Amino acid sequence: MSLRRTILAAVLVGCGLSSVSAVAPAKVYQIVIDRVAFEDAPTGIKVGDTIEWFNKDIVDHTSTAKNGAWDVTIPKQKKVRVVLTKAGIIDYYCRFHPNMTGQIVIKK
Amino acid sequence: MFRSISAVMAVLSVSFVTASAQGGAKPTDPQIAHIAYTAGQIDIEAGKQAIKMSKNKEVIAFAENMVKDHTAVNKLALDLCKKLGVTPEDNDTSKSLSKAAASKQAELAKLTGAAFDKAYMDNEVAYHKTVNGALDTLLIPSSSNAELKGLLQQGLTIFKGHQQHAEHTASMIK
Repeated sequence: MSLRRTILAAVLVGCGLSSVSAVAPAKVYQIVIDRVAFEDAPTGIKVGDTIEWFNKDIVDHTSTAKNGAWDVTIPKQKKVRVVLTKAGIIDYYCRFHPNMTGQIVIKK
Repeated sequence: MFRSISAVMAVLSVSFVTASAQGGAKPTDPQIAHIAYTAGQIDIEAGKQAIKMSKNKEVIAFAENMVKDHTAVNKLALDLCKKLGVTPEDNDTSKSLSKAAASKQAELAKLTGAAFDKAYMDNEVAYHKTVNGALDTLLIPSSSNAELKGLLQQGLTIFKGHQQHAEHTASMIK
């Protein structure tokens, strides 16, 4: 085995052993809140990714996970970020306007 | 004898209809601003009353949100009036709104517990329905300034959310 091949093999093994995040760097996804509604969550979200809530409304909102994974207030015209730490299908709503609901699918 | 909710709502509906029918004259921007602001203030006061009187968590959370949202929208309305040099002008619709609200507040003040919660929430459903209808069919179409119209439209989407929230909360009270 040539030196080059050995290095290549080592690199491949290294990649295989390292965490998923090293292979697919964490991403930031934005979910806009407008006219008292969450826009649909994007697909392909993974553990370690970040959701950036952007509240374009003239009143404050929250993003509150029904399973307690997160609960953040997003003041009017502001952005707030949440790092997703667990996989699952998570339903969320706004505590101030419970008729605002959404769902995120977070993969491992 | 207390006025029934429907009677009060009938008064509100009539007041909006009357305003729209007066000599075919539609309300002016200063009048629209006054009506919208007054309608918001009425719901803020009703919310404060509910926060003080209710012991129901859901009802209090709803009331707190009414105070918060209507205060935010009314602040924007006042800021916009200032920017546009519009002085809100009192009018018959605003007056009948305030009159109906005062009588409703007195009626609610005599109730306690679940009876208060139910009466407050039922009134919130009916009130948002009436005001949203008035915004949709009279106030927004009548407003001539684009920025005022835009703010009223944004307000309407929020208040429609309040209506749904009110319906949901009302349905949970036995």
